[in-house]
Amino acid sequence: MEQLALFFALIFLIILGYILGKGRAVALSGHAYHPLHSRLPYYGLYTAIWCGLPSLLLMAGWMAFEPAIAEAIVSSKLSASNQDLTSDQITLYVNDVINLASGGIISREVNSDLQAATDSYIFFRQTSYFAMAVVAISLSLAGLFSSLKTINPDLRARNKVEKIISIVMMVCSTIAILTTVGIVFSLIFETLRFFNKVPLSEFLFGLHWSPQTALREDQIGGSGSFGAVPLFAGTMLITFISMIVAVPVGLMSAIYMSEYAGKKFRAFAKPLLEILAGIPTVVYGFFAALTVAPFFRNSGELFGLSVSSESALAAGMVMGIMIIPFISSLSDDVMNSVPQSLRDASYAMGATKSETITKVILPAALPGIVGAVLLAMSRAIGETMIVVMAAGLAANLTANPLEAVTTVTVQIVTLLVGDQEFDSAKTLAAFALGLLLFIVTLAMNVVALKVVRKYREKYD
Amino acid sequence: MELNPPLEIDKALLKRRNAAETRFKLYGLAAVLTAVLVLGLLLTSIISKGYTAFEQTYILLDVRLDQATIDPKGTGRQEDLAAASYRGILRDALREQFPEAESRNEKRSLYGLVGSAAEYDLRNAVLQNPKLVGTTATIAIKASDDVDSYIKGFISRDVVQADRKVKDQELGWLDTLEADDRIITKFNVDFFTQADSREPEEAGILGAVIGSLYTLAITLALCFPVGVLTAIYLEEFAPRNRWTDIIEVNINNLAAVPSIVFGLLGLAIFLNFFGLPRSAPIVGGMVLALMTLPTIIIASRAALKAVPPSIREAALGMGASRMQTVFHHVFPLAMPGILTGTILGMAQALGETAPLLMIGMVAFIADIPGSINDAATVLPVQIFLWADSPERGFVEKTSAAIMVLLAFLVVMNAIAVLLRKRFERRW
Repeated sequence: MEQLALFFALIFLIILGYILGKGRAVALSGHAYHPLHSRLPYYGLYTAIWCGLPSLLLMAGWMAFEPAIAEAIVSSKLSASNQDLTSDQITLYVNDVINLASGGIISREVNSDLQAATDSYIFFRQTSYFAMAVVAISLSLAGLFSSLKTINPDLRARNKVEKIISIVMMVCSTIAILTTVGIVFSLIFETLRFFNKVPLSEFLFGLHWSPQTALREDQIGGSGSFGAVPLFAGTMLITFISMIVAVPVGLMSAIYMSEYAGKKFRAFAKPLLEILAGIPTVVYGFFAALTVAPFFRNSGELFGLSVSSESALAAGMVMGIMIIPFISSLSDDVMNSVPQSLRDASYAMGATKSETITKVILPAALPGIVGAVLLAMSRAIGETMIVVMAAGLAANLTANPLEAVTTVTVQIVTLLVGDQEFDSAKTLAAFALGLLLFIVTLAMNVVALKVVRKYREKYD
Repeated sequence: MELNPPLEIDKALLKRRNAAETRFKLYGLAAVLTAVLVLGLLLTSIISKGYTAFEQTYILLDVRLDQATIDPKGTGRQEDLAAASYRGILRDALREQFPEAESRNEKRSLYGLVGSAAEYDLRNAVLQNPKLVGTTATIAIKASDDVDSYIKGFISRDVVQADRKVKDQELGWLDTLEADDRIITKFNVDFFTQADSREPEEAGILGAVIGSLYTLAITLALCFPVGVLTAIYLEEFAPRNRWTDIIEVNINNLAAVPSIVFGLLGLAIFLNFFGLPRSAPIVGGMVLALMTLPTIIIASRAALKAVPPSIREAALGMGASRMQTVFHHVFPLAMPGILTGTILGMAQALGETAPLLMIGMVAFIADIPGSINDAATVLPVQIFLWADSPERGFVEKTSAAIMVLLAFLVVMNAIAVLLRKRFERRW
């Protein structure tokens, strides 16, 4: 709440700056012997920017780094006073301090040491906050007065404001790059730490996946083996099933919608397909787990088949349904960009509509359709909620769609949801899987986009 | 002599080809209808499972509200009324209704007919109407989730007792109550005004809705300005060079990165590196903003591109600077398209679950979040959590929460369509 108050104070100062700057320009233009360089609002903006930008940047930086610094101070104090603590114990202790400070639940009894540490933590945070607030407000006021002072009829206010705006725009456009860099670095660092504990060859070629490791020596836990082949196989199986559903249905509906359907039918069916695309994946997951999977299990019983209640078939089918609109809209685009002259030529030779489609349009659009299917596959591979809710957790190496399999995304979620120590091979494995997922989907995407672009150039 | 002999038409071939044509057309129709049918199936299954959650079963009990037990001093003040033990009063009322329950187990199952928080209902009834004290009032008490499920017909009497959540004896009591017209159903207000709970009959979605609102507010505040400025820069100002090429390729690729990877990014950078609070809407909003950014940039660029160059040339010709041209003329004209793209991006962010699981928004939170730094959950994650709960009562809650989520999405999409229809100009 204090932060909000400071924020509104700054907003108030910015508005004040705008009004004062503009007012000063008005006053100058009144008795100056030559007119102002820029239009009036630019003087206001000029003052407002100098008043707001530095202090807002300071505030953002403080909000980003202050919690980490406060934590570091607590832990450095702690390790100075108790040398015999391991780093894990210190982390736990610091967590307790932070939780106690925010009034949360903590894992140990509150003794005087902990209370003292917490008090000093709270004191540090409050002091640093007030110091930051004072600096921010004074920066703001300093910016306000110094920019007001520089306003004169010759000040090229518009050029200065435009310069700042263009810098802001450039910074914004690099955020996309920073995001990618952030993804790559965060994944790579954790993955490297993972491969310090588990060899790369075991991860890529091992046939056994059971990430549960014993926490204590005397505990009977899993062996902690990290062979990810069953996960790849499970992911491939579910993706394959979803493609079997999505490609024919998506492609045929695209053909029907663009070549056969009348205006009325299109106006009715197209929005429905768009609804299918807009349904959140968690809803599909619920549908798969509670409606489709029991249906398959019961109908399997009817034929004497044992179908797992978390069968790959149910998850794959529902994922296929989710992807239908994706494939249909992409291939619709692709087929629409096949030149009319090809169609006309085919009709002139006496071909029927279906012959034209299957023998002329589809072959011509094939690269684009392949691209669309690749994009859809990368989507299916990265899809999380449907498989988390409807596919299993056990890593079976099987090609039988009636059995339960697990996927890369399911394992990432199960490894990272809940409280874990952050340095175990178990949590780091999730980042290795994430990196793999990122690389595979990125590669498929790049190839798909390249194929589509190349094909487009051919007919443009 | 005939120059052109009459064309021999192979009737059989023609018939085959026409049949193939019809078949092909039918395949296409079947494909579209399959998709539509599945959509219908999905919606019916959710609505049929979920509509009952909007009603809640209540049991009308004659509760003796003795002055001596509730307010022995007779002050009539709210604090004194609130401090009384309503659990005991409620149990007395149940025992009075069914004096045959004598053993410990029987009494326990008798008390189990009403919800775990039923005593608070009673307390609120008394607080609202203090005149009830000293009388025997008939008060509607919320039934437990099992009774609720039975009354709604989800628990069949035909199942053997061991597999049934409502035992024979409880069925007998419920039959008596029903015969007395003591079982009523009311609109379930609590579903919309309470946060999550372990008890299905007490669980509501307000906490998740508020969490979603906070999260989306952060997302919008971050990704709208950044996305629009990026789009304007790339479309109107950026020089065509390698750097802008890299940015463009990058944005296209980010749009296809699986959402869970953004969750990993949030976990590694926002939580572990910057030490921001776990489960908080501020982190969730930042992660979703990064995820939605490409959508908004791509939509905004398309909208800017659709503004004809003549507008720019006219403005430049009147002596406007490039910045003035863009911000005074091009941007306002592209605004409807940009807003449509933004709303669609927000709808996507509203339905997103996976990245939020990574940053700990799956915790069980029984409070309504009060700020962007409080632990919170969002609507889709709430659905995920309830879908995982074993109690029968949560199935209908899950479906009902899905209906609420879909309603939000429909409204957002409708606004987007309306914007497009109302304001978009074709040049």
